[in-house]
Amino acid sequence: MIERRKLAKWLVVLVALHGLIACAGFFAPYDPVEQDRELPYARPMKLHLIDTQGRVHMRPFFYPLRIREGSFDQYDEDIARAMSLKFFGEGPRYRLLGLVPCRLHLFGAAGARICLLGTDGYGRDQLSRILYGGQVSLLAGLLGAGITLSLGLGIGAAAGYFGGWRDEVLMRLTEPFLALPWLYMLLGLRAFLPLAVSPLEAFLLIVIVIGAVGWARPARLVRGVVLSAKERDFVRAARGFGAPNRYLLWRHVLPETSSVLLTQAAILIPQYVLAEMTLSFLGLGVPEPLASWGNLLANLQQYSVLTSYWWMYLPALAIVPFFLGYLGLASALQEWADPFKVEGGRERSMG
Amino acid sequence: MRNRHASSQQCWMLLSLLPALAVGLAPVVIALAQQPAPHEDPLTLSGEAGRSGGRLVVSLRAEPKTLNPVLATDAPSREVIATMRADLVHINRATQLTEAALAKSVKVSSDGLQYTVTLRQGLRFSDGQPLDADDVLFSFRVYLDESVHSPQRDLLIVGGKPITVRKIDAQTLVFQFAKPYGVGERVFDGLAILPRHLLEKPYQDGKLAQIGTLSTPANQWAGLGPFRLKEYVAGQRLILERNPYYWKTDTKGHRLPYLDELVFLFVPSSDAQVLRFQSGEADVISGLGAENFSVLSRQRRGYTMVDAGPGLEYNFLFFNLNDLGGKTAPELARKQKWFREVKFRQAVSAAVDRQAIVRLVYQGRGAALWGPVTPGNRRWVDTEIGHPARSLDKARQLLREAGFTWTSGASGDPALKDAEGRPVEFSILTSSSNADRTKMSTLIQDDLKQLGMRVQVVPLEFRSLIDRVMQTKEYDACVLGLVSFDADPNSDINVWLSNGGTHLWNPSQAHPATQWEGEIDRLMEEQLTATSYEQRKKLYDRVQEILAAFQPMIFLASPDILAGAKNTIGNFHPAVLEPYVLWNVEQLYLRNGAANGGR
Repeated sequence: MIERRKLAKWLVVLVALHGLIACAGFFAPYDPVEQDRELPYARPMKLHLIDTQGRVHMRPFFYPLRIREGSFDQYDEDIARAMSLKFFGEGPRYRLLGLVPCRLHLFGAAGARICLLGTDGYGRDQLSRILYGGQVSLLAGLLGAGITLSLGLGIGAAAGYFGGWRDEVLMRLTEPFLALPWLYMLLGLRAFLPLAVSPLEAFLLIVIVIGAVGWARPARLVRGVVLSAKERDFVRAARGFGAPNRYLLWRHVLPETSSVLLTQAAILIPQYVLAEMTLSFLGLGVPEPLASWGNLLANLQQYSVLTSYWWMYLPALAIVPFFLGYLGLASALQEWADPFKVEGGRERSMG
Repeated sequence: MRNRHASSQQCWMLLSLLPALAVGLAPVVIALAQQPAPHEDPLTLSGEAGRSGGRLVVSLRAEPKTLNPVLATDAPSREVIATMRADLVHINRATQLTEAALAKSVKVSSDGLQYTVTLRQGLRFSDGQPLDADDVLFSFRVYLDESVHSPQRDLLIVGGKPITVRKIDAQTLVFQFAKPYGVGERVFDGLAILPRHLLEKPYQDGKLAQIGTLSTPANQWAGLGPFRLKEYVAGQRLILERNPYYWKTDTKGHRLPYLDELVFLFVPSSDAQVLRFQSGEADVISGLGAENFSVLSRQRRGYTMVDAGPGLEYNFLFFNLNDLGGKTAPELARKQKWFREVKFRQAVSAAVDRQAIVRLVYQGRGAALWGPVTPGNRRWVDTEIGHPARSLDKARQLLREAGFTWTSGASGDPALKDAEGRPVEFSILTSSSNADRTKMSTLIQDDLKQLGMRVQVVPLEFRSLIDRVMQTKEYDACVLGLVSFDADPNSDINVWLSNGGTHLWNPSQAHPATQWEGEIDRLMEEQLTATSYEQRKKLYDRVQEILAAFQPMIFLASPDILAGAKNTIGNFHPAVLEPYVLWNVEQLYLRNGAANGGR
């Protein structure tokens, strides 16, 4: 019972986090590629409730930033103009969940831009970019993990169930994949592919590249589970009654692998998000002006950004709750699936 | 000759030993060595007189490939060589005008075809060997020898014929041109005079490329510059020492250079160079980007940062106007129909927000460009070229006139369509190693989006980018930059001539593809042989106006030359011509003597 509650808790956390990212258009006040050339590298703006005369406002308000004379990135608050936040107002167009055209935003302001997490070198709102960037990074992680697990399940089940020379060949095939340093492999794989691609193609490429690299470990784990499952008494009995292979696999063997697969998924997704970030950080991910968490962090490759604009580090913090959520889910899953013995899923995968 | 060489070396050794033996005598002896002998005819430089001693540490992007001025093509080699060589006539980087160097005087005949050069008296190479007209003869023979493949050779071909050089006597030579040469004596700048006594034999054996490499022992290499080779530590640094025979003095008659040693550290990235400079390991820094310049300016600690104003680098966007005949991919051929339309290019130009580029890419430390000549090139810039403000309305009007229309796109934004109803989409190549140009492209992408054009920015590794632009010609558009090596129209002649190899939008044409390119060819050829500055300026102004009107390149912006030096360094006056900081290296000195020499 405790395990179940724990599992539910982590699931709720993750669903909430993913909902936030999936509905980025609603939570983000601006279009992530919209530039404001008067506002490069603006620091995060502060929200106030009490103005300079000591009056308390019901709605939070902010002072718009004004560039300091003769400077490039130094701003002063324009105290004369207190702008209050507007909740549930109309803003830039977007598609909710990528489908429904919509203009409703959680918050925004008329007459001045409110950038709660500052802006980047083009004056683009950092909060909007982090939210939209999460869509790319998380989706790449989810799809990548999906591809890996399908490959791993197929190959592992075939090797474990049929055994013999098939097992030999498939397992020898996993070995180079286990031994290779995955980062270099990702870079190498990406280098074979064309550089000039549209954003969607770039995204699909990156998903396939990430997904195709890591299948070896789940395949081994699945094979182990299948090996032990196919020798269980009830499987032998079913075979004795003349059940065909397909029925045995589908009905009796594969269900045994579900806990391993779920745990693996919970571990792989954050890792693949990180892989996408790594590739994007190195300039191999989705192209500008689209955002992904790795793209956003790539700004930090410049020494001047590293030393001058601390809010450019924020995308790195964005991944922390997701990682905690997934790892918490992974351990809860494991306890739920098998509270007495530890196997499979705990194993470290992909470095 | 050989004896004199030996004895002078011994003498020098003795001089350098003496201070150690007799401390009291030392200053007198050194002072004597630093005063030019009576038969010498040194060049006296104006400017603040400094004090001798100490070392200056400079960081260099990469190791120089060679020290041989005949073969050097890479920037690090050229920067090092510039401190080790001298030319007959030199361009003063501050005034951008020529001044006599090894040549005491240059007389031009009235028809502009003959240059009579008289050398200074008593010149010596850095190994003590005297220099005479034979060395000059030898040097030009090497530069003009086709089998040597010297990059300078092209500059010495005038009117299709190489310059001929004749020796009159030990101090006098005559240079004969086939046609009058508009560049005049600027042609001599950068042509280092070579030590015949060291190079003649290798040259005759065809082994010139093997000499003057970094592994050449210091005593087998000599030049006429302020410094000479001392030590090379592979992968780390190159140490040069003061040339005791240098032929310039300061106003007090003190022999230059002031510094005892010049150290080049190999620091591969500009961010690492900033860190070295901040930590005090390097004394000067140049070629800075605006971001790092402002980081350094903010945390100023014992150093001075100087913004020398726009340099000679011009950045631009250009479209693929190559005529590839039947080999063109159909998609590119379709796009080229737009690119060849002058109004399309003018519309793009009108839509580009150059002020935003200067502000966001260069943090305001640069100049917006509407023509190829930067404001840093003071003598040649055509100030008549207009600076139209960004206007989307004008751009839309131009596109409408050229038959483009708009429809409502998928996301509700207007999408531009050509006369055949196809959407206007193309990609812009940029060099992935150049953050500034990638940033410019991203800004242009956003500017053009407002016209309904869908633009993709494709950062490519520099080599593959050049390969696409120059060889395979598989690209739509590209953002690049060029740096003129001299403030003279001729330094960019290969960019403007339609048969030039760097005529980027359509290089090496057999016949000018358009009428206006033919017109530019004619004007450039004409200014090449015009002899007065006023005449040449008029012709080159016309070239600039044609370029601004037809927009084969959409000129964007030019960055300022940004540099910094420790406060202890005297005579630090960065110029906008290369080498930005070390152009007056012989006059640089340390204010507090050799105090930091121990680092």
